[in-house]
Amino acid sequence: MLDVTGIAAPGAWAKTGNTSLPGFGLTLGLSLTYLSLLLVIPLAALALYTARLSLPEYWAILADERVSSAFCVSFLSAGYAAVINGFFGFIIAWALTRYAFFGRKLIDALIDLPFAIPTAVAGISLAVMFSPNGILGKILMPLGIEIAFSKAGIVIALIFIGLPFVVRTVQPVIRELDREVEEAAMSLGANFAQRFFKVIFPSILPALLTGVALSFARGVGEYATIIFISSNMPYETEIVPLLIVKKLLQFDYVGASALGSAMLILAFLLLLVINLLQSWMKRDGNAA
Amino acid sequence: MTITLIGREPPIIKTVLLTVMFLFLGVFIFIPLVTIFSQAFQSGLAVYRKAIASPEVLSSIKLTLTIAVVCVPLNTVFGVLLAWAITKFSFPGKSVLTTLIELPFAVSPVIAGLMFVLLFGAQGWFGETLQSWNVKIVFALPGIALATLFVTFPFVARTLIPLMQEIGKDDEEAALTLGATGWQTFFRVTLHNIKWGLLYGVILTNARAIGEYGAVAVVSGLVRGETTTLPLTIGILFDEYAFSAAFAAASLLTLLALLTLALKTMMERMLEREKIDR
Repeated sequence: MLDVTGIAAPGAWAKTGNTSLPGFGLTLGLSLTYLSLLLVIPLAALALYTARLSLPEYWAILADERVSSAFCVSFLSAGYAAVINGFFGFIIAWALTRYAFFGRKLIDALIDLPFAIPTAVAGISLAVMFSPNGILGKILMPLGIEIAFSKAGIVIALIFIGLPFVVRTVQPVIRELDREVEEAAMSLGANFAQRFFKVIFPSILPALLTGVALSFARGVGEYATIIFISSNMPYETEIVPLLIVKKLLQFDYVGASALGSAMLILAFLLLLVINLLQSWMKRDGNAA
Repeated sequence: MTITLIGREPPIIKTVLLTVMFLFLGVFIFIPLVTIFSQAFQSGLAVYRKAIASPEVLSSIKLTLTIAVVCVPLNTVFGVLLAWAITKFSFPGKSVLTTLIELPFAVSPVIAGLMFVLLFGAQGWFGETLQSWNVKIVFALPGIALATLFVTFPFVARTLIPLMQEIGKDDEEAALTLGATGWQTFFRVTLHNIKWGLLYGVILTNARAIGEYGAVAVVSGLVRGETTTLPLTIGILFDEYAFSAAFAAASLLTLLALLTLALKTMMERMLEREKIDR
């Protein structure tokens, strides 16, 4: 049923694109078939499992105290991490683009480490660092700051995971900052603080918010980096993805689907927000 | 870019910002890297070697490589096909399709795994049928491969689409006018134009395929020595307090991550250079 759309795609469609290139039916047909098998059918399975629940039953699952506290933990931790990343990511992007210093290129490349390193590896490394005997845990414990096995540990893991999103979104905008506008402001006698808050910051803001939103979206769904540093206690430090895994282990497919579909809907809403932010970013870029 | 402007920000700001940056990256990038290697070699080289040569680690390395060998080529081929369809033609529903590509990045990897369990698990849609055929997908290699395919799908397509849009289709149209066949045009013109972008996407696909944890954990069933990929084995060893062994295995993946970063940076330079040439 699904691949018909691809194979039956008439060449007439392609002509609307005013192109003479071959391969329309072949490439679109094959990719639609592949995407149907890999993405659409699994999504349909999730939707149909969730549809076995009536709306009140669905709400009852989500309103369960353990579930709602997991949602709180996931979204709050992701929120804190995203805001912290917004602040430090901005500073890092600024320093990497505007200053020359020894090792700049190496550091620039290492910013993407969280993208490249397996999440489990990062997770166990952070867990050891912040454990009571770890290199940072040893310093923080006597100060009464407990990171491993606490909510703060989850935020630490999510800061790591989300950092490149902010830096990589903000960096190109800082690079393209209109120096002329800045210089004009300067020649009009604006001091640095005025230039920064009235000229520079407003033009970076859309990119910064996009980066923060991306970091947040990634953090909400993260699993492997968190589970090693967190104590994973129900009601306390249990995140939604972990609760889904636990429900699956008890063969509670319907419960797991309910949580999964709720997460999916929220992820789509976030994607929508991010798209809106990105179009704001582009419009701003064109207006400048 | 390096033109010195008269009176940019006060120098004290530069000092403060650089210090903040180094402290922050120290905690989140450098110390984690150092920790991995120092933990791995903490009990000496002999223990390190033994940990890596243990049957459990070796069999999970084999499984992880098998998964990468299956998933990377598949997602590369289909990523190219999809990018060709999207960038060379216009058709209804194109923007929906472009959004669909983003889906694996937007959902939690655990949910990706969950969807395949719902399809192929014991109580899943096709569970009974598969059982009567004696085919195992979930808790076996095919399930791990499917989950990995799902989470790594976007990389190639997402790298190629903006690149191919930017390059345009003039080169291909010229080749066709000069009498080249469709395949000749693709292999000699398009592939040549997009080679660095394609490699970039392949490297990222490979890194994620080898490192994926959440999606794979859900469909693996954690049958030790059989369905545990290298990241899963690292997790198991860590949970059993076998820290030296866990970090020894982790150090291998870290080396691969550093290599990935180096190659990725190289590809970015190549892409930048070709962009200037255009």
